[in-house]
Amino acid sequence: MKKILRHRLFWPTAALIALIALNTASRPSFLSITVRDGELYGSLIDILRNSAPLMLVALGMTVVIATRGIDLSVGAIMAVSGAVALTIIDTSDSPNSLGTVAVAIGVGVLVSLVLGVWNGFLVAVLGIQPIIATLVLMLAGRGIALLITEGFITTVNSDPYKFMSQGYVVGLPFAFFVSIAAIVIIAIVERRTALGVLTESVGINPVASRLAGVRSRGIIWGAYVASGVLAGIAGILYSSNIMAADANAAGLYIELYAILAVVLGGTALTGGKFTIAGTVIGVFTIQTLTSTITFLGVPPAASPVFMASVVIVVVLIQSPRVHRLARNIGRSLRSRSTPRNAEVAS
Amino acid sequence: MTTSIETTPRRADAATSRYRTFMNRHSSLLPTFAAIVILLVLLVGAQIAFGNFITPRNLSSLLLDNAYLVILAVGMTFVIITGGIDLSVGSVMAFTGILCAKLLADGLPAIVVVPLMILGGAAIGLLIGVLVQYFDVQPFIASLAGLFLARGLSFVVSLSSIKVEDPAILWLQSTRFQLAGWYITPTGIIALLVVAIGVYVMQWTRFGRTIYAIGGSEQSARLMGLPVARTKVLVYVISGVCGGLAGLVLTAYSGAGYPLNGVGTELDAIAAVVIGGTILTGGSGYVLGSLIGVLVYGTITSVISFMGAEQSWTRIIIGALLLLFIVVQRVIVSRADRRR
Repeated sequence: MKKILRHRLFWPTAALIALIALNTASRPSFLSITVRDGELYGSLIDILRNSAPLMLVALGMTVVIATRGIDLSVGAIMAVSGAVALTIIDTSDSPNSLGTVAVAIGVGVLVSLVLGVWNGFLVAVLGIQPIIATLVLMLAGRGIALLITEGFITTVNSDPYKFMSQGYVVGLPFAFFVSIAAIVIIAIVERRTALGVLTESVGINPVASRLAGVRSRGIIWGAYVASGVLAGIAGILYSSNIMAADANAAGLYIELYAILAVVLGGTALTGGKFTIAGTVIGVFTIQTLTSTITFLGVPPAASPVFMASVVIVVVLIQSPRVHRLARNIGRSLRSRSTPRNAEVAS
Repeated sequence: MTTSIETTPRRADAATSRYRTFMNRHSSLLPTFAAIVILLVLLVGAQIAFGNFITPRNLSSLLLDNAYLVILAVGMTFVIITGGIDLSVGSVMAFTGILCAKLLADGLPAIVVVPLMILGGAAIGLLIGVLVQYFDVQPFIASLAGLFLARGLSFVVSLSSIKVEDPAILWLQSTRFQLAGWYITPTGIIALLVVAIGVYVMQWTRFGRTIYAIGGSEQSARLMGLPVARTKVLVYVISGVCGGLAGLVLTAYSGAGYPLNGVGTELDAIAAVVIGGTILTGGSGYVLGSLIGVLVYGTITSVISFMGAEQSWTRIIIGALLLLFIVVQRVIVSRADRRR
């Protein structure tokens, strides 16, 4: 029992289960999944589908945070890749052909790869603080996206493109398979090769790992490239969900939610040890929370307040001072005969 | 001290050595000088291109249109010099602005409402400061919570914009003190006052010097017996107060409160502070530099509207400028490190 309690994924998982239980209690239909035309529908399926963009972005963010970095530009990259893809489809003669859509998605992802390379260059080669280096693109990126769409919200009709977020494969949303693929690829690359360990060593102590012969520059650069590519795919999923490229709204605040998901999952912002499973749980927690907020009757306007309370509670739980306080209270409860112990310990 | 006395250096050498000494002692001024140069180049370039850019009217409106950003940037400078960051300022501005409009519409007098706005901003700042200082939360995350909180509260106050009809608030923007074509409104005076107080506090008070010391090295500041904890909390409170004041100025400027005001303004404020020569790792920077940074930002915006180009260029150019300044800072910092 103690082992389960000590496991680092215990609290994130407990939070997710508590949320789901709360939802089920307040509305029993939450867990029900109906089958229509061989496709599954229900609140849980919605969560799986709608969490895909955040999942991709948060996975990239996990790797970047593990290297002691942070990537603020993911929302802007989403806007750019969506704008590029939809503009290509919009200007082509056959928006419904599979070839056009493939080209659009390919170019969109390629552009986001270039943006990731740019971020990585600033951080790994020029040695600029990650917050600032990615702030440059966060500011400029939406401007670029607006230029691409010429200030308008580009809307298109293209069935293959729509399929990305709204289509179904063997009864489950296609977007869910995209996020599963991303999770599996990241997990294999980071956990089945030495790369994960090297990433952690760079995050824990960059100088020591460089002296030990780890090529930290390449690893950090790669993390930003991965984050850029994943954000690009997320941007395409997002724009396919609304079938429009909105340079201002696409991925707005997603960097904050992604960071929150990573922290919720138990990866510390100070870098080093990271957990991909934790991030996955964190993303589902946030997505469940969003739908909880809607269904509990909290007015959508107040949802940021709710979000803020969650952030504050989570960071307080992770704070060392609160840990110390809890330990002291626990100790003084156990040894009530000598209450001085707690004071000495503090 | 060990240089030989018999060699009398020639005048040119003396000049370069004096220049070098100045540069070594005041290397932190260099980015701010660069910002001033860029501002002048922008103004002169715009004057040459358009012919009627440098007019008293245009320059006056440069300050007035960006008065709220000036106030936010001053607060942000305090936070950044301690090595922190405050993402909440844009939302705090929106929250206090809509609170002001709502309370005024409910019939409260302005004399009660304005202190309430400032208190509201200070309370959110205090929350962030306590999280940062006493619970070891990273400033980024703590102020992120502040951002969500203030944005949510402003939606709770009202979902739509509320018009302000209180004469005292409108007076702040409608009154114009004129002098030979130049004019200034009370909102502009508030902004300049905030800058003046900021400069005074940073340069000539114990509190201000403690802020620089914390940014330079928190550990050393603590060992020197400086009140680190109190100062770090107060810095966020100051930023919150500036957010409240900016809310007042923006409400007066636009004549209404709107809960979606200032989305992304925190980034503009950070960009202005960095362009003004404050180094984001803390310990070095000037409040006056941040004023210059805001003016650079405002000039770019008005140049783009003069050209009739898309405003999306503003963000791209600000991003590019930000990059330029970061690289300049990077060079300065690495040179300073090498000297050590």
